[in-house]
Amino acid sequence: MSREHDYVMRTVEERGVRFIRLWFTDVLGMLKSFAITPAELETAFEEGMRFDGSSIDGFSRRHESEMLARPDPRTFQILPWREGEFGAARMFCDIVTPEGEPFEGDPRWVLRRNLERAHELGYSLYVGPELEYFYFKDSSADPVVLDRGGYFDLTPLDVAQEYRRQTILTLERLGIPVESSHHEVSPSQHELDLRHTDALTMADNVVTARLAVKEVAMEHGIYATFMPKPLESYDGSGMHLHLSLFSGDENVFHEEGAEFGLSKTARGFIAGLLHHGREITAVTNQWVNSYKRLVTGFDAPVYEQWGRHDQSAVVLVPAAKRNKPGAARIEYRSPDSACNPYLAFSLILAAGLAGIENNYDLPEGRLGDSPSVPAGTHRLPSNLAEALDAMEASDLVRSTLGDHVFKWFIRNKRDEWDRYQSHVSRFELETYLPVL
Amino acid sequence: MFVAVHPPSPSQSLISALLAAGLQPVPIGSPSEVTDRAPHQGFALAVVQVTDDLGLAIGTAGKLRSDHGLPVLLVTDRTNTADLDDLDGFDDFLLSPIDVAELRVRAARLALVGVEPEPEVLRHRELELNTATYQATLAGEPRDLTYMEYELLRFFVENPGRVWSRQQLLSAVWGYDYFGGARTVDVHVRRLRAKLGEERSSWITTVRSVGYRFG
Repeated sequence: MSREHDYVMRTVEERGVRFIRLWFTDVLGMLKSFAITPAELETAFEEGMRFDGSSIDGFSRRHESEMLARPDPRTFQILPWREGEFGAARMFCDIVTPEGEPFEGDPRWVLRRNLERAHELGYSLYVGPELEYFYFKDSSADPVVLDRGGYFDLTPLDVAQEYRRQTILTLERLGIPVESSHHEVSPSQHELDLRHTDALTMADNVVTARLAVKEVAMEHGIYATFMPKPLESYDGSGMHLHLSLFSGDENVFHEEGAEFGLSKTARGFIAGLLHHGREITAVTNQWVNSYKRLVTGFDAPVYEQWGRHDQSAVVLVPAAKRNKPGAARIEYRSPDSACNPYLAFSLILAAGLAGIENNYDLPEGRLGDSPSVPAGTHRLPSNLAEALDAMEASDLVRSTLGDHVFKWFIRNKRDEWDRYQSHVSRFELETYLPVL
Repeated sequence: MFVAVHPPSPSQSLISALLAAGLQPVPIGSPSEVTDRAPHQGFALAVVQVTDDLGLAIGTAGKLRSDHGLPVLLVTDRTNTADLDDLDGFDDFLLSPIDVAELRVRAARLALVGVEPEPEVLRHRELELNTATYQATLAGEPRDLTYMEYELLRFFVENPGRVWSRQQLLSAVWGYDYFGGARTVDVHVRRLRAKLGEERSSWITTVRSVGYRFG
C-alpha cells in the first residue's frame, strides 16, 4: 500500500467519510459512478472494484463484460454537497480488464496514453476552458429561461448570479479554481472560466464542474444544461479552450519578437489544428445539436481558419502579454461543453503535434476586418454526418483514439444521425405542409 | 550491510567507496522502489548523492526517512555545504571526495542509531500538519487538501525559508515519473494559497523567474 493510498484511507477515517464514489466516464463523456464503503477501499486500491461493463456506453464487448475500476488516489476529494450526516468523497478511476490490462475503451486511459506520448517528445499540454451553460426552469422540451423580459421572468438577474456564485464556491471547495465568470450573451446563459491545469486534471475538472453546476442548480430547484444549442435565436454554449504547450518551465508557444509572439512550435500546432480540424470535429462536437451552434451570426466558429479577433475563425491568437511569456496561448473555439473532454483533448493534442512534427505550413491568418474568406478555406463540418465522414477517413483520429473507441463511436453516432434523419421536424411541417 | 543508493547511477567514485567500505549498494530509482528492491534482511540505511538537482536529493531523502524509516546519509561536494545549513530530511552528510574510513564509520553509526523520528505534528504558525493522519488544520479547523497539495505543503513546512525552483519542487514532491510538467507546481501553489486563505496566502511567496519560498 503506497503512501497516497494510505493518505486516502486515513482521511476517510479521520473525516468520517461513509461513501466513496468511484467515478469514470463512458465513451461519450457521461459521468458514471458507483459507491463503495470505507471497508472496501483497500480492495479497490489493490485489485479494483468489479462492475458490469455491458451497461456502459462503449464498454460492451462481445465475450466479456466484467471490468474493474481502479481508483486514482491523487483525485481523492471530499464532495462539498450532501455533507453532514453521510460524508461522501470521490475518486476518478482507471478501468482495467480482469487480466489487469488498461481497458482500451476507457477515455481517461486514451488521454493518458496520448499525454505520455507528448511527454516523450518533451511536451505537456495545459488547458483552460470556458464552460458555457444555461439555467432553465426545468428539463422539459420547451425551455423556460430564468431572466430577461419577454419570457417568463422567473427570477431577477441577481438571483441567477447567486446560483453562479454558489457554483464557484462549490468548485473552489472541489479544488477547481475559477478564474472568472459572467453572464453570457444569451438570456439565462452563464460562463465559468476554469484556471488552466495539465490536460488530464482538466478533463477530470470539466467532468466534475458539469456535475457541480447541475447539483447546485438542483439544490435551488432549477435546471442547468450544457446542451450546445437549446435556444434557436440565441448563441449556443461552447467550450473555448485556451491551450498552451510547455517544455519543463518554458511555454514553447512563445517566442520573443516573433509575429504575435508566436513560436514556430505554436504555428505548427495551429497548422495541425486547422489541417485536422474537420476530422476531429465529430468528437469535439459530438451531438446532432452541436452543429446548430456552429452557424454564422452567433459568434461561433465556422471556418478552418485562424485569426486575431474574428469570431468566425476556429483558432484565435490572443494578444501576447508583455513580460508574461508563460501566458502565451491559443484559443480553440469549436468544442462545445457537452463533449467528452478526455477524447477531445486527446485529439486536439494529436492534431497539434502532427502539425509540429510534420512541419505543416500555417495558412494566412484572418488578420484584418476583411469580411471575405480566402478561397479554398474549409468550413467546419455543417452536420454530424459530414463530421463522421471526415473522422472515418482519418488515420490520425483512428490511431489517437484506438480501434475500439474509434469504431464504437462511429457506429453509435451513425445510429444517432439515422434516428435524427428519420425525424420530421417542426421546420419541415411549417415550411412545406402549407405549400406543397 | 545493504545500502539503498540514489540516484540509481551515482558517481563511480561513490560506488567504489561503498564497496571499499564493505557495504552492499542497491540502486533505487525512486523512494517507492525501496520496498520492491529490499533484500531479505532489509536496508540498513540509504545513501543519497546530491547532483545538480538539490530538490530531488532532499525530496528523496525526506521520503526515504519518513515513509520507509531509513536513516539517510547525504553525499555532497564542498560547493553545496552552505545549502545544507537549514535543511532537514537527512541524518548525516559526507563530503566528496570520499574518505572510505569516514564512510564506514558514519554508515555504521547511522545503521545503529536508526532514523531520528519525525515529529508527529509539523507546525507553522497556526497551521498544523499531522504526519500520521495526513490531516491539515488551520487554527484547529480542518482543511481539505488533495494528496499532492498536502505533500507540497509538507515539503514547504519542512523546508522553509529557502527558494525552490519549480523543477526542484516537481522532483522533490511529485517524483520524476510525473508527466504533468513544471507548470503543475504553479497550479498547486495557487490552490494551496486559496485553501490557506487570503490573509495567509503570502506564506508562499513567488520569487520572480526562480520559484517559490515558504515562510
